[in-house]
Amino acid sequence: MNLLSTHELSKHFDGLQAVRNVSMDVPAGQVRALIGPNGAGKTTLVSMISGRIAPSSGQVFFDAANVTALPAHARIRRGMAYTFQITSVFERLPAGENVALAARRHLKGAAVIEATHEALERVGLQSLIDTEAGDLAYGHQRLLEIAMGLVQRPRLLILDEPTQGLTDAEITGFKKLVRDLAGKTTILLIEHNMNVVMETADQVTVLNFGEVLAEGSPEEIRAETSVQAAYLGTG
Amino acid sequence: MSAKAKIIALHGGLLVLLFALQFVLPAYHHGNLARIMVLASYAIGYNILFGYTGLLSLGHALFFAAGMYGMGLGIQHLGLSVAPALLAGIAAGAVVSAALALLALRTVGVAFMIVTLMFAQAGYLTVLYFGEYTRGDEGFVIQQAQRMLWGIDLSDATNRYFAALILFATCLAVSLWLVRHPFGKTLVAIRENEERVRMLGYDIFVHKLVAMIVSGTLSAAAGAAYGLLFGYAGASFASVQYSIFPLLWVLLGGAGTILGPFIGTLFMFYLIDLSSGLTSAYMLIAGVVLVLLTLFAPQGLVGELRNRIWRWLP
Repeated sequence: MNLLSTHELSKHFDGLQAVRNVSMDVPAGQVRALIGPNGAGKTTLVSMISGRIAPSSGQVFFDAANVTALPAHARIRRGMAYTFQITSVFERLPAGENVALAARRHLKGAAVIEATHEALERVGLQSLIDTEAGDLAYGHQRLLEIAMGLVQRPRLLILDEPTQGLTDAEITGFKKLVRDLAGKTTILLIEHNMNVVMETADQVTVLNFGEVLAEGSPEEIRAETSVQAAYLGTG
Repeated sequence: MSAKAKIIALHGGLLVLLFALQFVLPAYHHGNLARIMVLASYAIGYNILFGYTGLLSLGHALFFAAGMYGMGLGIQHLGLSVAPALLAGIAAGAVVSAALALLALRTVGVAFMIVTLMFAQAGYLTVLYFGEYTRGDEGFVIQQAQRMLWGIDLSDATNRYFAALILFATCLAVSLWLVRHPFGKTLVAIRENEERVRMLGYDIFVHKLVAMIVSGTLSAAAGAAYGLLFGYAGASFASVQYSIFPLLWVLLGGAGTILGPFIGTLFMFYLIDLSSGLTSAYMLIAGVVLVLLTLFAPQGLVGELRNRIWRWLP
């Protein structure tokens, strides 16, 4: 059963066609990687899925319901969580409060504190709970973003370049985290690090110039010459 | 001592101090402090929207005046007694702030400032237009006989002080409760990063709407109390000056702090009071002090205190 589907989803900004007729189905529990060169429309696509921006045409289905007309906060309430590509944490609030804000939407009282600790522990930031988010290292802010996503216990977790700026050790931790979530949480992962894609994704969708170029298992994608061309720029 | 105990001790301590002061203060300062507590209640209302939610309104005089006229006109023309008149004032503030919120929250930033300013001006002109009832600029006096609440004469200095203290304590408690409540914490998050809060699944519009109604209602309660305790309602309280005052008080005291509005109001009141005793160019002194404060304490007095010493201040 598909948790997420897009149907002929398109977005153009004035003359620029950022995303063109993208239809894809993500079954529940799958880890789906979304790859493609810079400017391929990956972030625009997930922004339309999460409701941050409205599509020019096409539809988004989540959990068998058409959510195209729903505002972002209503989609999040239905079980999506979105982590930002450009780190967007509450810089003047402690790391713990950042996560607690995300937790409080569905939890109350002591459960919030418990969930906050658990989420911070999963990304390895528990010792920095009282540090203001703006004082955290860049990589730690990325991990905080992920913790804010995790604590919502989403059915669909959208991660926009989560490993950007992480150290090798942190990337290893991240891969383990995704593998732990796999099967229970559906994950849509925008990722440039092919190593992460190959090790974590069940299926890969390749975008190029706003269109789906290829779709398949990581191995199939690796073997696909058109993908290599899109990335390397050679025919 | 836990942060919670410290917060209760500090704010409770202030209220006890204010209670005790009335037995020792000379009549002049006694009257001033009553006035300051009512105006500080207005500033507390303003601070909820500006300091905690991050929405800069230039039209709060509309809410202050809605409270004042809701109460005053009720007494003057409908023959209401004090308690229902007060409630009428507070209800008027709630309705007016809800209506303005529905319109003004469609805008953000500078547009929000201009829309609130314009509606407050429209409110001011409305007061003048219906001069037959409101007596316009001249205003009207609420007679001593009309200011009896359950047999208590609110024009008496001691009773007035107590009434002002009760209002102030209530507003202080409401704001303290609100900012420690998850709802208030979400407001702070909206101030810090609105887009992120939206993408955590919160309805931004509803949160801002409620913040504006709470803010407007507290402001109206202060306006109603001011008219009642000092026996006068006039159009000058609806003018743009009364929209700027709470902004100034809150900035001076510390936006987004619980005690900031009180400290700012107290400071500004006595700054003008003392400097006008020295020279007729007192606004010059006030101006210089304000410039110095913005230079050296940009977070306001309580804001600086929080930054430097008491990190736990709410």
